[in-house]
Order: sequence, then C-alpha cells, then structure tokens
Amino acid sequence: MFQLDLFLHAIFSAPLFKGALLTIGLSLCVMAVSLVLGMGLGSMAGSPRPALRWLVTLYVWLFRGAPALLVLLFVWNGLPQISEIFRAGWFTPFVAAFLALSLIQIAYLAEILRSAFAAVGHGQREGAAALGMHRWQIFLVITMPQALRIAVPALMNEFISLLKTTSLATVISLKELMTVSQFAIATSFRFLEWYGAALVYYLVIVSVLTLAQNRIEHVLSRGYR
Amino acid sequence: MTQPTIAPAHEPAIQVAGVNKWYGAFQVLKDIDLTVNKGERIVICGPSGSGKSTLIRCMNRLEVHQEGSIIVNGIELTNQLKRIDRVRSDVGMVFQHFNLFPHLTVLENCTVAQRWVRKLPKKEATQIAMRYLERVHIPEKADKYPGQLSGGQQQRVAIARALCMNPSIMLFDEPTSALDPEMVKEVLDTMISLASDGMTMVCVTHEMNFAREVASEVVFMDGGQVIERNTPDILFSAPVHERTKRFLGKLLH
Repeated sequence: MFQLDLFLHAIFSAPLFKGALLTIGLSLCVMAVSLVLGMGLGSMAGSPRPALRWLVTLYVWLFRGAPALLVLLFVWNGLPQISEIFRAGWFTPFVAAFLALSLIQIAYLAEILRSAFAAVGHGQREGAAALGMHRWQIFLVITMPQALRIAVPALMNEFISLLKTTSLATVISLKELMTVSQFAIATSFRFLEWYGAALVYYLVIVSVLTLAQNRIEHVLSRGYR
Repeated sequence: MTQPTIAPAHEPAIQVAGVNKWYGAFQVLKDIDLTVNKGERIVICGPSGSGKSTLIRCMNRLEVHQEGSIIVNGIELTNQLKRIDRVRSDVGMVFQHFNLFPHLTVLENCTVAQRWVRKLPKKEATQIAMRYLERVHIPEKADKYPGQLSGGQQQRVAIARALCMNPSIMLFDEPTSALDPEMVKEVLDTMISLASDGMTMVCVTHEMNFAREVASEVVFMDGGQVIERNTPDILFSAPVHERTKRFLGKLLH
C-alpha cells in the first residue's frame, strides 16, 4: 500500500532535491543558449540570401526530425567514437545532455521565433529606419521585444516540454530527477512513493513556470491592453 | 511637362533627376525630374498606383531607385550606409499607418531614436520630446501607449516623433488616408502650422484644401510619370492635361 511517511520522506530527501536542481539547471542552460541561437537562426530564416534560408531549413528539418532519445545517445556514445576530444573528462553526462537537448531546442525555437519576427509588421522596421536607426538597433529595441511578446506562450510551452524531456537523460546516467527516483526505487522497491514524489517536483516546477509566464505576458503586453 | 513656375533658383533641398524604378518587369517610376527647394512645400497627388508613394519613399531610401540620381541636402543617395544615415537623420517621415512602436509609450516613441541615434542623455531627450508633444497639442498623453490613442492623436505623435530628430525636411506619405474623417483636420492643422514655420515639406496627399492652402507647388503623377506641375491655384483651376482634369474632376466633385 501507499505509505504516506515514506512519500513525504522521499519528497524532502536530499538526492531528489539535488536531482530537481539539476533538472532545473539543465533546462535553464539549454533554454538560455537556445533562445539566443534560435533567435539568430529565426531571423536568418527571413534573410534575403537563399543559402542562409536553406541552411536554417536544413537544420530545423534535421533536429525536429530526430528523436530526443536518439540525439542524446548519439552525442553521448557517438561523439567519443568520432573524436578523441569527447573522450576526455570534461565530457560529462551533463555536458552531453546540454549539447543534445540544445541542438533540438534551437530547431524548435528557431521555428517559433521565425514566425514571431515575421508577425511584426514591416512598417515597424520602416518607421525606425526613417528615424535613422541602424539594423541591429531596430532588431534590439523595436523588432525583438515585439516578437518576444508574440512568442512568449509558445516559448513557455517549449520550456515546459524541455523540462520534462531532460528526464530522458536518465539513459546516459545524468543524475537528474528521474534517475535519482529510479535509484531509490532500485533499493527500496517503493514505486508509488518515489514516482509520486518525482511527480510532485515536476508539477511544482511547471506551476511556478506557469505563474512566471502570466507575469511575463502581463509585462510584455503593456500597450496592448 | 509644364515647367515649374516658382520663383528663381533657391538652394535645393531635394533633387530628383532622371529617376527610373522597376518592380520586376513593371516600371513604377519613369524619368522623374523633381527639385524641391529649401522652404518649399510640394504636394504630390495622383491616382493609386501612380508611383507617388514610391517616389517619396525613394527620397529617404526606404525604396531603392535603379536609374538616375536623388540628392538630398547635397548628399547623393547610394548604397553607402553612411550616406543613407546622414540623409535619414535630416529627413523626417510620417506614414499612412503611423508606424508608432506599440510596445513603447508615446514619450518613449519620441525619445528612442534621440537616444540610440543622437546618443542624447535621457533627460535631454525627454525635454525635447515634451516640447514637440506640446507643439502637436498632446503632452498629456506622454505616458500612454499608442494603442490607447485615437488615429488622429497617433498621427500627431508620429509627427512629433519625427520632429524630435530636428529634421530640415519632412516627408508625408498619405498622412490622413487611414484616419476617420473627423480626425483629418487635427492632423492637417499640425501640418499647416509646420508649413508656416518654413519647414521644407513633400506631401503625398489627396487633401486638396490643404494643398490649396500651403503648397508652393502641386505635382500630378500618373502611371509612374510626372504629368503636370504648377501652383495649386493654376493646377486646380486650369489643368492642362486630360488625365489631370479627369483626376481632379473625380476628386473635387
């Protein structure tokens, strides 16, 4: 039967807490890097140069098509086979998971940001250009904030999805939330309590993110109410 | 083409010479010659698709012309970014759809270019912005967002935003076409007051009363060509070309 005290013990246990921190840390790192690179790729998709647009299409096609589990295993097991560099000590499960999930996340965010940038009217760029603003100033001050406002709900969706995808890194023995739960179950055979505790962690994190999303949307929608 | 009847050569602000422009195979501008002297107010009118908006948008290189030359305040517009920057920093533009930045307040709309382009400190930029917002009679809306303003108010903010850069030339691309009728006057009044201060202006507009009141010259365009140009009195009362007559006939009745 379900033991409440063991469930509570699991929730407040150090390994699970550390696992949750690792899950959050990994997700934040991947998201931050993917946002910057996805933005670059997303604006490249609107470039007048066909070669650049083609490159973006190819990248998005590849990493949206490849399953996350496959990319994770490819990076963790395949890269060391390719080069000596990946056999060194720095190439930890965390680095491998970060690399693999970023490759995928960039592709998804590039798609979202591409359409968000396209949704900001051409008149905005012209209005700023007529005032003498440079291309990168227009991007930073005029286009990007407006594109982000449009993209926030979709970006947050991707972030939540990413947070849960990090659990796949258990196959390369990254000690995130799911791996830690599995370890505990392997010695105690208490499935309900430990899976339940892990579920609580995921739900709490996602709830916090949802509240954050509301806050961000509220701030970015100033002027649109 | 009728020769301009304005007084002897002043200092030219904008010189358009032999300009041709194509969109693919379609020629939008055909051999345009047009000189705007400092302090002159030129109104360009013509049916839609006549190339009038394209022409005015070539004057600050929002559009690129393929043949001929456009010289603004002595600077020829080419692909050199430095030249484009110098021209744009001295030429203000007001658009049909305002193109205000919806995520910035009215005040920020007026300070953003001062701060990023002119590198002015916030305080100074704010003072200048407030001065021009007062000038267009809208200082109380400084902290509002464009979406909270009426069309006429938004267009006046757009005029103030352009004036904040202290331009010597103002381009107006159908500034009242997207406005409800009851808001046209407040925008035109602002433009008239600007004209009476001696601002060099090029306006694409169908507001013939405005043209009659402030234009030093009215240019009629059709099919990408300048068909006829003259003082408003003469052009409106005695147009020479058949196409001008037809257009004015439709507009005035």
